[in-house]
This record gives sequence, C-alpha cells and structure tokens, in this order.
Amino acid sequence: MKLLKPGEEIDGFEIEACLHAGGMAHIYSVHFAQSANGMRREPEFSMAMKIPRMTAGDGAENIVSFEVEQQILPSLTGPHVPRFVAAGDLSRTSYLVMEYVKATTLETWAENFHKENFQTGLHDRAIARLGAELAHAIHSLHKQNVCHLDLKPANVLIRPNGKVVLLDFGLSCHAHYPDLLAEELRKAVGSPAWIAPEQVVGVRGDPRSDIFAIGVMLYELATGELPFGEPATTGGMRQRLWMDPAPPRKRNLNVPEWLQEVILKCLHPEAAKRYPSAAHLAMDLRNPEQILITERGRQLKGTGFKEHFKRWIKAAGMHYQASPLASRQIKEVPILMVALPHADVSDATWYSLREAVDRSLGIRPGARLACVTVISPSDTSSIESDKSESSVHRMHLARMQQWSQALDLHDHQISFHVLEASDVANALVTYAQGNEVSMIIMGAATHGLQMQRFVATVPIKVAMEAPCTVILVKQDVPFEFLGTLNDE
Amino acid sequence: MAHAKAQGIDRWALLGDLVGYGGNPQEVVDTAMRLADEGAWVIQGNHDALAVKPPVDDQSLGNSTAQWTHDQLGVSQRGFLKALPLIALSGPLLMVHASAHVPERWHYVDTERAADLCADHALQAYDARHVVVGHVHQQTVYYRGTGHSMMRFEPTAGAPVPMPAHRRWIATVGSVGQPRDHQPDAMYAIYDETAGRMTFHRVSYDHQAAAAAIREAGLPEFFAERLALGK
Repeated sequence: MKLLKPGEEIDGFEIEACLHAGGMAHIYSVHFAQSANGMRREPEFSMAMKIPRMTAGDGAENIVSFEVEQQILPSLTGPHVPRFVAAGDLSRTSYLVMEYVKATTLETWAENFHKENFQTGLHDRAIARLGAELAHAIHSLHKQNVCHLDLKPANVLIRPNGKVVLLDFGLSCHAHYPDLLAEELRKAVGSPAWIAPEQVVGVRGDPRSDIFAIGVMLYELATGELPFGEPATTGGMRQRLWMDPAPPRKRNLNVPEWLQEVILKCLHPEAAKRYPSAAHLAMDLRNPEQILITERGRQLKGTGFKEHFKRWIKAAGMHYQASPLASRQIKEVPILMVALPHADVSDATWYSLREAVDRSLGIRPGARLACVTVISPSDTSSIESDKSESSVHRMHLARMQQWSQALDLHDHQISFHVLEASDVANALVTYAQGNEVSMIIMGAATHGLQMQRFVATVPIKVAMEAPCTVILVKQDVPFEFLGTLNDE
Repeated sequence: MAHAKAQGIDRWALLGDLVGYGGNPQEVVDTAMRLADEGAWVIQGNHDALAVKPPVDDQSLGNSTAQWTHDQLGVSQRGFLKALPLIALSGPLLMVHASAHVPERWHYVDTERAADLCADHALQAYDARHVVVGHVHQQTVYYRGTGHSMMRFEPTAGAPVPMPAHRRWIATVGSVGQPRDHQPDAMYAIYDETAGRMTFHRVSYDHQAAAAAIREAGLPEFFAERLALGK
C-alpha cells in the first residue's frame, strides 16, 4: 500500500501524518473526518491508524498476522493495551484504528538508560522496577487468555509514570480463537532474538514463552547484550533449546546476584522451570532482598561444554506439550496472601492462621505465599532510635518469619512484607490488587469481626473490596497446645 | 430454543437427526415442521432416513429404535422427513448433516483429513467456503490458517469465535440432547454472518424428563441412561 497523504480519508478517518513507516505496516496519526453536516467528532484520546503494507512482494504471513491482530486487539481491555477504535474490512481496506499512546518504547528507553548508567554503575533497582511493570502488563494479557509471543523492546511502551503498554498482537495467540499462525509443519513464529525455545519448535500459546522474552529483555538491560544474539537461521534459534546463555555477571560484574538469579530463571530452556506466571516474577522483582540466591545467581562462569553436549543430545528429541488455556494455567499457580496481625494476638490466632495457610497451600502446588502485616505509621519514628523505621520493620519481619517456621512449605516460595498505613483494610486490598493476589487469608476475630454490628470492621471491608477470594479464619486450637505455641 | 431466541436469532437451521434415539418423535417432528413453515432450514439426517424406511433384517440397537420411531410417526410426519433435503445453501454457507463429500453416505467429519475432503467438495460442488455440519456429537471448528490443510480447534462454550467470511472453515455444531463429552448439556451454535463470528453454546435442559420419555416408550435402557452421562 502506498503512503497516504495528510487530509486523505478512509472510512471516516482523516490522515494527519505518517508516524512510522515500518517493514510490515504504516502508522498514521488520524482524527475523525468531517461528516456530511460539517460536524467533526472529537475523540476521547489521540488515535493512530495502522495499515499493512501488503504489496505483492510481501509474504502471506504479513497479511495473516494483520488479521490476527485485528481479531485479538478488540478483545483486549485494560490499561496495558492501546484502546481499540475501529477495524477495516479485510477484503476491502485493511486497517486498524487504536489509541495512540504517547510513550517511549523500551528500545529508546534502554538506549538512554545505558548511556546514563553504564558510567555511573548499574541501576539495578530501575531495571527491577521496569521488569515488574512489564511482568504486570503481561499478566493482564494472560488473564485475558492471550499470549503475546512477540515481546521485544520495540513492542513495549513505557508511559511517563513508568506503567507499561504492550503493542503489536500480530503474532499473538488467543486461546478462544483458532490460531491462524499455527500450522501442521510447526515452524518458528517470532522474533529471533526474543523467541522462546518452545516457540522455535512451533508450540504457541504458553504464557511462559512471554516470561522467556522478558528474561531476554532484562538480560539486555543488565548487560547491554542479547543472551543468544540475533540468529538468522532456525539452527541458530534452536541453540536456546539446550544452551544456557553466559551469566549476566560474566558480562557485567555490576549485575547483582539476585538479578542474575531472576534473569536466568526466566531464560530456562524448559518452560516448567521458569516462573510459573508473570505475577510471580513481578513479585520477585518488587522484593529483590527476599530472592533466594542459588548457585545460578552467583556463578560467573557459564555452563560447561560437557553439560551443554548432554543437553544438546536431549534437545534433539525435545518434545513440548501444547498448553491449556492461558488463564487456567496461571490460575493454577496463584499468589496467596496471609494478613498477620501484629498486636494483641493470641496463640490460637497464630495457630489457626497457620493451619488455614497450610491447607490452602497444600492443594495448590506451585502457589506462592506473601505474608503481610500492616503497622500504623505512628509505630515508627525518625527521632527515637528503637522506633526507627528499619528496626521496627525488622522486628515485624522476624515475627512473621518465626510464624512461618512451622509451615509445610515444600517448594512454595514465601516472602514477607511490612506495610505502613493507618487504614488497614485499604492497605491490604491495595496490596492484593497490585500484586495479583488470588486469595487473602486473614483472622476474623483479631481484626474485630465481632464488632461488625457497630462499625465496619477490617475483615468485612476487605471481603467487600478485595479483588479476590477472602478466607476469614476463626480460632480453633487444640486445648493441649494452648500457651506453648508462641513464646514471646 | 428459548436460549437461542434470547440471543436474537433470525433464522433456524436444523442439521438433521430430528428423530432416532428420543422418546418423543412426534413432538419433535411437529416442531420442526412448524419451524420449517416459518423459514427454517431443515436437513435430513441418517436417523431421519432410517425412520422413514427402517431396515428390515437388521436388529442392532440403533436400528430397532428406527422401526419403533417409524411406527410412532403419522403419514404426514413421515412424508415431511422423507422430503427433507440433504443439503441447503445460503450464499457461501453450506448446511449438511454429515460430510459434504457424498452426503448420502453419511461420512463423519471428525478428523482433519475428513474436514479437508468435506471442504474441498463443498467448494467444488457448491462453491461454498463455509460448511456447518451435524452428525458428530461434538463442537469443533476446522479452519485453514497459513498451512495447506485444515486445522482442528476446540471452541470454548460461550466465547465467540472469529470465523470470517474470507476464510474457509467447517463447524461441527454438536447435538441437541446427545452430547458425547460426559456433560449432559445440549449443544448448538449461533453464526453471526455480519460479524463473522460463531458462538458455540451449551445449555442445560431437563434430560431426566427426556430419559423418562425414552423409558416410557419402552426403548432400550441404554438410550435413557446415556443422556445424563453425556456419552
């Protein structure tokens, strides 16, 4: 399709200017055209029109991927995707009109980031913040049954407030729609530098493929290099089925161990050994100090030749299972949150909460647990040293850790969080929302449920406003244990 | 039918096998006749053909009910079933009970290969890009993506599936009352031609009453039992 000039009209949209002439499509800024009666509709937000190039020389995939995007974009909602406005009839004029998000691409962001930071030491917290926002955005897609499958810096927008918007759903996969890009020959569909190993062998629709792509981007941010380069052949892409990339710390010693741990976990060749959901990843990136660092995080040398050779043999026969609905898959690995009271708490309460958490984790392998306690801002003081913020927080963290000792954790990840807020219910609900928590477990009595008759109590407020299930635990403790459980 | 009406449908298509395993053949055929008068497409299925002309010497389970069904129906009802067409065409959309490949042989469209054959015949013989099929008691979409043959897709009940006009596809819409996926709910689908979307539905119905009617009619217990089990 030839370039359109400003003022030209398509189906009631008037071209303003060409924003981008890419290999696949032209992007224009547009506004509503004047209607017959001379009126012009004012849009609620700036709009962009995407028109595929689709000239005779372009491959069929270009056209199909445009059709895929045209199917998927209108189905998506939320702040992490551009809002859909209109789509053209594919057999006549193909186009998509969507919200024009004024933001920087991760590509540009990363360039500036590297310019500023490689001299002054690495700002790993900035990487973690961005990574958490990115993971949060991806999780919102997965909840809507869509896997992006073409995540790369050019498709990630960062708003001035740090929030992430995802673009380009041309290679995405919607679990409720026939996948037009799947085919019997199962060839690799994706961008060579960021594509996950299972995508290389033609498996589409696993949310953990997107986790892999986040890993590649974090690697790039941390080291300035791509973990697997930009292979031009299928053979080159297949490398990632068996090869571990060089540890980020080998390329840049300023990368902290926890960040390497996270990145290499995202980049695991086997999807099942990566983070099970983007929400889990976001939680780690928001709490770096609580990441359990293993040999993977510490290593400076890469995986040896012998190990790689063994895996190369194994990869030759590698078989990836097609995955069930994305939303169902991430529901199986929820984040549970337990609200632990911090004052006036009886042994029975601690005991009952632990019982409830144990039961809830027991039937959900792969779930992770966030232990949260809310303290009043007046509990800390910047003047008195024994009430300094860090010492008060440390005290509460230690209490929660002590509580968790007797939990049956197996392979459940656990983390501890002290929130300072005067409105306890609001703090808990906000935390649950921000961290994609699927279930809140809290004590009924300790938070004053019996006072509900007179005032709106914390448990009821949480139950009413929480974005998820809330379990209110009542005390139940065997008599002989009383007084022996919590010797404080 | 109440469920479909609530969705604002314009026209019915009954894809055959109106009678065969059920205990109320008269009621069913009368309803179909009424719908046909109102403009519905009604297609003949293999069980309808059997009920018109039951096999004489075959005493298998399925065929024994054909004789019973035959005896239940009046002359006009049998005449209606006998006169039903094997296919109906509406623009690029072909409606047929079994495969469009020799419809009277009742081939199942249950594999990608069978779907390929069906789609090719529909295109060659009727210039139809889309086919909706009954016969197999499952809800499935066969579509052509970037490859050369049909791909299979299992829709999620209630979630609209994009099935655009320019693509070739086949939908098996499942059966009202004889599911085979261990759930008793009835299956049907609504095609929105303008939007190019098909929504596959599952609707609960009084399968115990249907089973009671089968038992009352003295038909084999198996036909009553399977309704609740969905197999």
